Amino acid sequence: MKYKFDFGALAEYWPQFVDGALLTLEMTVLSTVSGLVVGTLVAIGRRSENKLLSRLCGAYVETVRNTPFLIQLFFIYFGLASAGLRLPVVVASVIAMVFNVAAYTAEIVRAGMDATPRGQLEAADSLGMSLPQIYWHIILRPALERVYPALTGQYILMMLSTSVTSQISAEELTGIANNIQSNTFRSFETFIVVAGIYLLLTLILKAGFWGLGLALFTRRRRLGTSL
Amino acid sequence: MLAQPFTLAHVGYMLNGVLWTLALSALAFVFGGIAGFGVMLLRISRFRAVRIASLVVVQIVQGIPLLVILFAVYFGLGIFGFQVAPIIAAGVAMMIYSAAFLAEIWRGCVEAVPRTQFEAAECLALTRWEALRKVILPQAFRLAIPPTVGFMVQVVKSTSLASVVGFVELTRAAQIINNSTFQSFLVFGIAGAFYFAICWPLSAWSRTLERKLHVGRH
Repeated sequence: MKYKFDFGALAEYWPQFVDGALLTLEMTVLSTVSGLVVGTLVAIGRRSENKLLSRLCGAYVETVRNTPFLIQLFFIYFGLASAGLRLPVVVASVIAMVFNVAAYTAEIVRAGMDATPRGQLEAADSLGMSLPQIYWHIILRPALERVYPALTGQYILMMLSTSVTSQISAEELTGIANNIQSNTFRSFETFIVVAGIYLLLTLILKAGFWGLGLALFTRRRRLGTSL
Repeated sequence: MLAQPFTLAHVGYMLNGVLWTLALSALAFVFGGIAGFGVMLLRISRFRAVRIASLVVVQIVQGIPLLVILFAVYFGLGIFGFQVAPIIAAGVAMMIYSAAFLAEIWRGCVEAVPRTQFEAAECLALTRWEALRKVILPQAFRLAIPPTVGFMVQVVKSTSLASVVGFVELTRAAQIINNSTFQSFLVFGIAGAFYFAICWPLSAWSRTLERKLHVGRH
């Protein structure tokens, strides 16, 4: 085998790599925040006394968790287009990502909520707290703290799955890579570089989430205990 | 250009895609499992250097999207002069991906076996390999079944990405049909339903197994 690696051909494309990485990060942040909000609402709906609402939320979570993201993306992007609604690819991608990650978030957050000790609920009740108060102070915030590691792990996986949106030609990192490799014919090198960038993004996100955890959950740090 | 009507023949074409999805999933799971078992042994090695090196490799694989692994394998094997069939490229990429995740899942299960079991095995003068084979792994195996079945769902869903290198599994089949019928909601809805029909029983089974496991503990 005689193959000469030539990373030099890629050097002039570095601004594009940066643009792609930035778009990947933007899409990730946007869908993390929206996914957390929607997912938490779904988790609350799933725990609701209302059978219909609970069933509906359960069906949504199961549907999303048991079908591939690529199919969900195609369904939303091409489906809406065939119904006459042409969304820009990035918008369609973010909608699909929120739709996807909210279901995983709901499942994780629900597990955290279900782990609330009964005694705490009874104590809150006897203090005369209202249902929204109980939800916010006793159930939701400790639940988020409890499942924080699982949640951030899920969001890092989601950052990686933004690569799938290149299939509807979103110009994020993988989409950029596809363009560059068809210009330079340096396919293998391009994807090695892109793999390296993704790895870097993963590390940045991990560090960011760790720092955010320290800043958000001061009680754990003060007391040195886990929940 | 006129859109073709969607017919039963299209559903048949998708069913054919389902078979390839299942075949690729099985391939990825079997070979990924074998490789993952090896990596898991490295992750619990007695030698610190081996543990760290395997940890780094696993973290690298888990920090790269499967899609990028897939492209890298596809183009990478290409430059070695192999004319790679899409199923080989997809199979190798899926194997690497599954191996990394299965190794971590199984390592967790092995480490969940109480340390005293290791110590007792040592007291009985079992070698490390004997201790693993006769004492630790049988116990870890029981713990490992529910998360492993859960991961199978992940594998089946991930095979949809093999469509990008032109491997005609369920997703690619749906794309091809969509290109001629333009009935996107219907086509991808049916494809999604097929995936659901494969994955949901696995998810449910995994949950049942997990419940059974916890019953024994109380």
